[in-house]
Amino acid sequence: MNKENKIIQNNSAGIVKAQVFTFDTLKLESGERFGPVSLAYETYGVLNKDKSNAILITHALSGDAHAAGVHEGEDNPGWWNEFIGPQKAFDTDKYFVICSNILGGCKGSTGPSSINPKTTKPYALDFPLITINDIVNAQKRLVDHLGIEKLLAVVGGSMGGQQVLSWLVNYPQSLRSVVPIATTIKHSPQQIAFNEVGRQAIMADAHWKSGNYYDGPVPSKGLAVARMIGHITYMSDKSMAEKFGRAKKDVGETFKFTADFEVEGYLRYRGDNFVKRFDANSYLYITKAMDNFDASGGRRLEEILQGTKVKVLVISFKSDWLYPAYQSKEIVKACKLSGVETTYCEIDSTYGHDAFLLEVEEETHLLKHFLKKIFYAYEVTGDYGV
Amino acid sequence: MASKEIQLDHEVILDLIKPQSTVLDLGCGNGDLLYLLIKERNARVQGIEIDEQAIYKCVAKGLNVFHGDVDSGLTEFKDKSFDYVVLNQSLQQILHVDKVLIDALRVGKKVIVGFPNFAHYKSRVQMFFRGRTPVTGALPYQWYDTPNLHFLSISDFKNYCRLKKINVERSVCIGQARRIPFLPNLFAQTGIFLISKE
Repeated sequence: MNKENKIIQNNSAGIVKAQVFTFDTLKLESGERFGPVSLAYETYGVLNKDKSNAILITHALSGDAHAAGVHEGEDNPGWWNEFIGPQKAFDTDKYFVICSNILGGCKGSTGPSSINPKTTKPYALDFPLITINDIVNAQKRLVDHLGIEKLLAVVGGSMGGQQVLSWLVNYPQSLRSVVPIATTIKHSPQQIAFNEVGRQAIMADAHWKSGNYYDGPVPSKGLAVARMIGHITYMSDKSMAEKFGRAKKDVGETFKFTADFEVEGYLRYRGDNFVKRFDANSYLYITKAMDNFDASGGRRLEEILQGTKVKVLVISFKSDWLYPAYQSKEIVKACKLSGVETTYCEIDSTYGHDAFLLEVEEETHLLKHFLKKIFYAYEVTGDYGV
Repeated sequence: MASKEIQLDHEVILDLIKPQSTVLDLGCGNGDLLYLLIKERNARVQGIEIDEQAIYKCVAKGLNVFHGDVDSGLTEFKDKSFDYVVLNQSLQQILHVDKVLIDALRVGKKVIVGFPNFAHYKSRVQMFFRGRTPVTGALPYQWYDTPNLHFLSISDFKNYCRLKKINVERSVCIGQARRIPFLPNLFAQTGIFLISKE
């Protein structure tokens, strides 16, 4: 069996290709007009005739448009491959799934590493300070471009969840449902603190040079450390103990501070790997957007949600200490007070924040039934006594 | 109903609820009652349930449900958010019964409470002749594994309502398979009360 057949048999979205949508200007929240803006995006499944089956997936900090399937000649499945494909949570036999790389990113969409047409050099720190709402406003342009008036759902975890909340607040009339997963209305001081340590690590790297490193060595050490800190916060005490214990690697080096615990080796490997695929300035801009985000913009979220017809499914994870369940419950509380139809589930997982990528079975069950209900617009499914 | 007969307590509660109502079920379990209320009463419903596996069953039925405990589940709702708040077979498992009931009467225009009757004659017989904590159809647990925190009788609840000036609009007492209108505190296994506070 050749590889392509194997992938399709595993309910994969199959061979996929990134596309690019470019538009002239985007009015940023700051008031500045910025452009041109390109968004790299992928789609899976087929848009139906009345364009009622479109689901937008929003990615997390280090994610990109490649959410499912594989690119021609490569074997890297997308970051949410387990969830998107025929018969999966986002069943591509039924739904049309869109995922785009965010504004400010570095995987095909306009970001600090893109060429500034005015200077013909990378923007670096000339790139404007963007917000989660700016990111979502750009996504809205893409959705409009695809001719979709009303999305069936917007779904995402972590920073993807922040985008989901921004959609809910800013474009309720363009949505039938939202699923914010392991996310928050606004970052706590602890979350801001972790991001700040990551940013400081990048900016302390001598190669960073105030962001102007594109013609020389990149601040790889700093970015790797930022990623290592990130990975610690994405796991739980328990998942680390289960994955690594105190096992040591036989590295055969004589240096005193070599990475001899497996967990050290893992973090270094993750850090080094990340540097190959991610831009340090993007990391600065995106984490800042996350920290500055407040879904309710200083108002009370329940007042904003009053009267909305959008259906909400909120998911959190028991061992997630970076985006703890109490933050998801704040979202639920606002929905309760505003009378929005809502379901909330705290999944019992030991994976920590990473759980939103890993708890396939439970999330699939919740997403599948929730989407089915929204898509067919009926209240109750299944037989009595399910 | 396709695969299961309607439980008698569900049937009684169904009778108490007017069509097109909004209903909050505290401790909704697998969502069987809420499902019925949608099907039979065209109600708008919301459940609250602590058990994760039960949440999955509710979601599979297309129900809206909050994962959380009953003791803290009510506080965030506005006054009179629902026509009915239902506490069926969950009252006896709540830590702060009094607080939850008062809050239920705030959040719901009416409250429906269903609980096992501790003064059922079978319980009395077991207590009196064997000197043992009763184990019956409505109270199927041993003393060491029961989820029930409170043991009350139908008379206890009536007395409680009198004391707290809660109106008992209707009460229906049932056994395993039928309604028990006669000496319910002795012969009924379950008491179901429709109460309100005005």
